[in-house]
Amino acid sequence: MPTTVPAYGKEAAGRLATMADVTADDRALRRFLHGLPGVDAVGLQARAAALGTRSIKNTAKAYAIDLAISMIDLTTLEGADTPGKVRALCAKGVNPDPTDRTVPKVAAICVYPDMVATAKEALGASGIHVASVATAFPAGRAALPVKLADTRDAVAAGADEIDMVIDRGAFLAGRYLEVFEEIKAVKEACVREDGSAAHLKVIFETGELQTYDNVRRVSWLAMLAGADFIKTSTGKVGVNATPPVTLLMLEAVRDFHDRLGVQVGVKPAGGIRTSKDAIKYLVMVNETLGEEWLTADWFRFGASSLLNDLLMQRQKLSSGRYSGPDYVTVD
Amino acid sequence: MAFEYAPAPESRAVVDIAPSYGLFIDGEFADAADGKVFKTVSPANEEVLSEVAQAGAADVERAVKAARKAFEKWSALPGAERAKYLFRIARLIQERSRELAVLESLDNGKPIKESRDSDLPLVAAHFFYYAGWADKLGHAGLGTDPKPLGVAGQVIPWNFPLLMLAWKIAPALACGNTVVLKPAETTPLSALFFADICRQAGLPRGVVNILTGDGSTGAELVAHPDVDKVAFTGSTEVGKAIARTVAGTDKKLTLELGGKAANIVFDDAPLDQAVEGIVNGIFFNQGHVCCAGSRLLVQESVQDELLDALKRRMASLRVGDPLDKNTDIGAINSAEQLARIKALADAGEAEGAERWAPACELPGEGYWFAPTLFTGVTQAHRIAREEIFGPVLSVLTFRTPEEAVAKANNTPYGLSAGIWTEKGSRSLWTAGKLRAGVVWSNTFNKFDPASPFGGYKESGFGREGGRHGLEAYLNV
Repeated sequence: MPTTVPAYGKEAAGRLATMADVTADDRALRRFLHGLPGVDAVGLQARAAALGTRSIKNTAKAYAIDLAISMIDLTTLEGADTPGKVRALCAKGVNPDPTDRTVPKVAAICVYPDMVATAKEALGASGIHVASVATAFPAGRAALPVKLADTRDAVAAGADEIDMVIDRGAFLAGRYLEVFEEIKAVKEACVREDGSAAHLKVIFETGELQTYDNVRRVSWLAMLAGADFIKTSTGKVGVNATPPVTLLMLEAVRDFHDRLGVQVGVKPAGGIRTSKDAIKYLVMVNETLGEEWLTADWFRFGASSLLNDLLMQRQKLSSGRYSGPDYVTVD
Repeated sequence: MAFEYAPAPESRAVVDIAPSYGLFIDGEFADAADGKVFKTVSPANEEVLSEVAQAGAADVERAVKAARKAFEKWSALPGAERAKYLFRIARLIQERSRELAVLESLDNGKPIKESRDSDLPLVAAHFFYYAGWADKLGHAGLGTDPKPLGVAGQVIPWNFPLLMLAWKIAPALACGNTVVLKPAETTPLSALFFADICRQAGLPRGVVNILTGDGSTGAELVAHPDVDKVAFTGSTEVGKAIARTVAGTDKKLTLELGGKAANIVFDDAPLDQAVEGIVNGIFFNQGHVCCAGSRLLVQESVQDELLDALKRRMASLRVGDPLDKNTDIGAINSAEQLARIKALADAGEAEGAERWAPACELPGEGYWFAPTLFTGVTQAHRIAREEIFGPVLSVLTFRTPEEAVAKANNTPYGLSAGIWTEKGSRSLWTAGKLRAGVVWSNTFNKFDPASPFGGYKESGFGREGGRHGLEAYLNV
């Protein structure tokens, strides 16, 4: 088993090491996280709402739709998933609209660990990544060795990206260092035999963390532990990604980058179903983090049904008319 | 490729501006007695929008006489009857809000998203709110049967033409007064459209009269012996002149004048939201706001962090076509105002403050000023003392809460203030010590018809809005 692995490149790891004192023990970590600026809920929601009123039309809309398609982690996370279902989804990811070959590919196909090999094979040389929710997704209620085994299993099967869930119980109980160490351990489990590593996305399940202050703290916690991406939610609870929570995470990523020069990606997941919603998120990224984050390398949508609405809007833009749900595929 | 927002202009077709307008007296539009007119232009491109009548002494005489005649019947109506008209006006404003928002943006230069999302909803809300009071005046805590004052002469500014009209006319009518209102010289159109709404609502003749004109018209109106109540919103200088005119008469007077509000950011503030609040405080409506947070008082320990964040945020503001739905900052209202802003900003530089503005391309025509920040400002600088009434923020620092309060209060004005802290006790302690009519906590520029608004010291006296706003139009 590989020993400690640099979370990012050597340079980034060096910068993170300068923060070692804040993660030295639970008390230091708590002091640091609780010393971050507070979040005023009313103001945050107002800002998120204001960003949602930008009028995106014509060329800007066409650009945004294609960008959004290219950022989708097309997802199936059902107990009833079969190889057939996963292969169908992969085919859709490669070629989202059979009537229009100019549509970009999605960024990744997101499946449970036991479906990684199937997806990997179905995607072949398409360049689309396979993302896998490991670490006892979605509840995360398993012993650490089990979570690590789950992760290694997915990586060994060929996963390019691991979406891990944090232990919300530990976080809410204030055992921050425990959460920190767990993320670090999973990050190490993402390393492949050849020394390269799967990208690690850390899922917070913000709907369960409840407060905005918690969201800012957990974002810093995960980034300090080496998250490549921070992700809102599993899509399996009542409240998933919301614009204010995503905006707050974008702001945390911006501040982390300002302070340490380390770039981290953001992935809202769950409940984003329409092109209109997706475009609002892209506006938020554009005006909070800027162009540098407006690629699938640094921003993703976790979604299962968003793609079809984007395709219908795309058809409308090119033909001038709405077609209907039967003109896009249902895989 | 960058994510460039395509232009998203609101259609001008929804508003039909006539080539010329007369004065609205006794329910009819009429030319000025001496036939004088002046032009109103769009500050965004200097296009002439229309020609309006310049009211003189004879017109003021006719309007006041019409209002006096209408007062007999209007004040005798049961409150519930007056309320019906006010509710009708409020609904008509809602129905025509898109048209009025476009008109306001054309004539004033403010971004359509503000006229559409801030001004018009508040205009309607004020009429609805005071319509609700019209039959409950005996329950306002101002006596069991308070009486109206009579004819109200009202003079309003150009920064929120329709909203200031609503603040003035709605409570006056609800209380049973009749009005003669003079809108600002540079933004007369929405008041004339409002006159049309009064006709549409079937409001009795003479209850509302609109006189367009310049300062001389306002002076005639204020000095007219048959005006019982004068209400003015505008500059402190003009306010003082009005106070001198009215002194010694039995006219009632309320003044809403200038401001130089302190926006105080403590080191434990929610910084991201504070940045938004600062931006909203000073760049909302191009800074043409009497309660604008034009003095940022920031605790020294967070100064660098806050200013970096503020500059980054300012760089994302979109300046340009007021009718584009994505515009954040529109045009300066007039060439005269632009010259004043420029002169004061130059004074700031000359006195040693450091000037910063984001790189932004301003349109070639029209009146424009980039959002600007001055750091290293001290209490001794003119830009810390004088109201600029434009998108110019002066940044001062403090070390302790006591110093913040001392500096915030060290101004001839006292209209509003903002406090940013996560600590409730600090917020309440500070608010209790600030001498300002409105103190916002972790927010800025929030308005509601139910909330009274008005100043201390040279920011004027009297309150508008809320139950308190009734007092200014009742004999109590």
